[in-house]
Amino acid sequence: MANNLGLAVKPVTELCDDEVARVCEWINSEDYKEKNFARHALVVNPAHACQPLGAELAAHGFEGTLPFVHGSQGCASYYRSTLNRHFREPAPAVSDAMTEDGAVFGGQNNLHEALENAHALYKPKMMAIFTSCMPEIIGDDLTAFIKNARQKGFIPKDFPLPFANTPSFNGSHVHGYDAMLLSILRTLTEGKQVEGRCTGKLNLIAGFDCNTGNYREYKRILTEFGIPFTLLGDISDVFDSPLDGTYRMYPGGTSLDEAADSINSKATVTLGPYATAKTYGWIKDTYSGKHVSLPTPFGVAKTDAFIMKLAELFGKPVPESIKAERGRAVDAMTDAHQYVHGRKFALYGDPDYLLGYVSFLLEMGAKPCHILCSKGSKKLEKEIQALLDASPYGTDGKIYMNKDLWHLRSLVMTEPVDALIGDTHGKFITRDAKIPLFRFGFPVFDRVNLHRSPLVGYQGVINMVTSICNKFIDIVDETCDDRHFEMMR
Amino acid sequence: MRQIAIYGKGGIGKSTTTQNTVAGLASLGKKVMIVGCDPKADSTRLMLHAKAQATVMDLVRELGTVEDLELGDVLKVGYGDVKCVESGGPEPGVGCAGRGVITAINFLEENGAYTPDLDFVFYDVLGDVVCGGFAMPIREGKAEEIYIVCSGEMMAMYAANNIAKGILKYASSGKVRMGGLICNARKTDKEYELIEALAAKLGTQMIHFVPRDNQVQRAELRRMTVIEYSPEHPQANEYRELARKISENKMLVVPKPLSMDELEDLLMEFGIMEADDENVGKAEAAK
Repeated sequence: MANNLGLAVKPVTELCDDEVARVCEWINSEDYKEKNFARHALVVNPAHACQPLGAELAAHGFEGTLPFVHGSQGCASYYRSTLNRHFREPAPAVSDAMTEDGAVFGGQNNLHEALENAHALYKPKMMAIFTSCMPEIIGDDLTAFIKNARQKGFIPKDFPLPFANTPSFNGSHVHGYDAMLLSILRTLTEGKQVEGRCTGKLNLIAGFDCNTGNYREYKRILTEFGIPFTLLGDISDVFDSPLDGTYRMYPGGTSLDEAADSINSKATVTLGPYATAKTYGWIKDTYSGKHVSLPTPFGVAKTDAFIMKLAELFGKPVPESIKAERGRAVDAMTDAHQYVHGRKFALYGDPDYLLGYVSFLLEMGAKPCHILCSKGSKKLEKEIQALLDASPYGTDGKIYMNKDLWHLRSLVMTEPVDALIGDTHGKFITRDAKIPLFRFGFPVFDRVNLHRSPLVGYQGVINMVTSICNKFIDIVDETCDDRHFEMMR
Repeated sequence: MRQIAIYGKGGIGKSTTTQNTVAGLASLGKKVMIVGCDPKADSTRLMLHAKAQATVMDLVRELGTVEDLELGDVLKVGYGDVKCVESGGPEPGVGCAGRGVITAINFLEENGAYTPDLDFVFYDVLGDVVCGGFAMPIREGKAEEIYIVCSGEMMAMYAANNIAKGILKYASSGKVRMGGLICNARKTDKEYELIEALAAKLGTQMIHFVPRDNQVQRAELRRMTVIEYSPEHPQANEYRELARKISENKMLVVPKPLSMDELEDLLMEFGIMEADDENVGKAEAAK
């Protein structure tokens, strides 16, 4: 047997071709789906990453901040390489490299030495510490370790060191993002609240979002509105930085001073309630001004809610330019609706994104069919169901909580759909099912520039319509007997 | 709310002493919660009159995740309106009991078990402070007051001294302080004087000397504290007295643990260990 380079390779299986073909066919069957859904002990291709990865993203969103992994080196490499491959940008972070002795004696020495080294070498303005599994299992007490580090002079007494416990075996990347962001804000704003002071600004938190275009879109919208703002955890210039021949270790992020003053703002809006639950809860109790938690603005209705809330909070009329944008988005949807109307979709992703996909598809008259979240909850299930119930296109929608992509494959093979919305990991499914994959989620390793194209706001609506409808038209062009499709009337 | 952790050598009577003391506090009208931090889950048996129902980790094992667990499933109310939770843990010889304690306490915090009406929270912690997990109850924001149960037996004193070393480590970066030694008497020679002297060396106090009395065992067999089983019995008064002393205790110190030599010197001073004994050991070894 030879591979595609002509080199001899050992066959993967000794079974005869007929048997291989039979099994290939069988895994597409209803019978196999039943067995697949009875599976408990094994997860195949879960659609989520771990807490520390989310924590690292939150850390990158602040000026001069070095993400610091208390734990094993290999874990740190995983978060870094995932972010690095998605954005095609460096994701500088350090680890205190706990090994066997750290596991036995606790990681305090590692933490102290690494803090001292990283502070001297990489000259950060802040180090955001989060944990991998090992120190969580052995019960390392970060509060005490960090206090000791300051007492023993490993790190200056006033150097900001937010920290979050982010065990990988619990929750997912969105929870790690939430925990780290909360700790960063708590650390930076400590003692900064001034009675009677109001900066007049809006704080915006985007939730776990690896689309730099989305951050730029939020900033553009707020600028159109003329609302002064602080985008907390702004990764746009960090992971979408210009190539000009100079390497910058910390190319962007929210200014630490601005973040510290964010506690005195006029209002705070957190987007993506599932990725900001704890942060929002804390902000609500401590921050001055008004506080609102809104869904990630995917689709027209959710964007409307966001825009109207901004207008309400700041007592400003919606700018004509944004009204026109909305009109263009609605026009784009109308122009293209015939290509997606009644089309069936399978979708998976993070809770906040998933809710956005469902909203948008229903608005387009498309039918979300298999809706899967590998770290879901009853609350999320209810919320998605409510969206489905409110639309005539929602009747075919079935929600699968805490299932993986191998389950989704069974669903797609037994009850076919026209397309899948997810991330790079969905391509095994779409290859077998011969349907398109729309990579709106995270991570995307196998396409370029998608993170530069916003999915939120009215502009995001237009972008999603464009990529989905054109793909369906491509398929017609490739497969239709009539090669004059849409040329002749 | 005062949070108190009880440590001590395995088998010394931590769970029995804790529950009897808590019963004493309850009889003083205090609102108390006991958090059992021991995979054996026997920290609340005398309050609930049954071997702990479902522990946090039992249910986590059943559900496969801590996320679907509800507080009402694991928090039971026992004698004297005392709230009882057991962390539970893995079977002996597998898994990580320390992480079980961390998971359970995180769960309790996130689900609002620490209600402001509580006067006391007691953590009854397994044996020594063997790993980071079993130190969870004395991390910042949790127990700031530790009592060590011990007796006049050498190994119990040795363990108490070791635990004091652990407390010292946490006290240097946090608010944890030692509240005293509770002597759960074994009727060894000069026990009262010995533990009082050990306490003095550690810089703390022997907060109470609980005399040995089989009434404790009789009550235990009926899954009750002495205070509930025989409120009039003199032993019940001992526990009430201990409860009162803890309730009024103001002596919270950073302990000064002893070296092994100092500990042995102390035993010799009280004539428990003859100076010759050591030489006998050496002579045997030299053969």
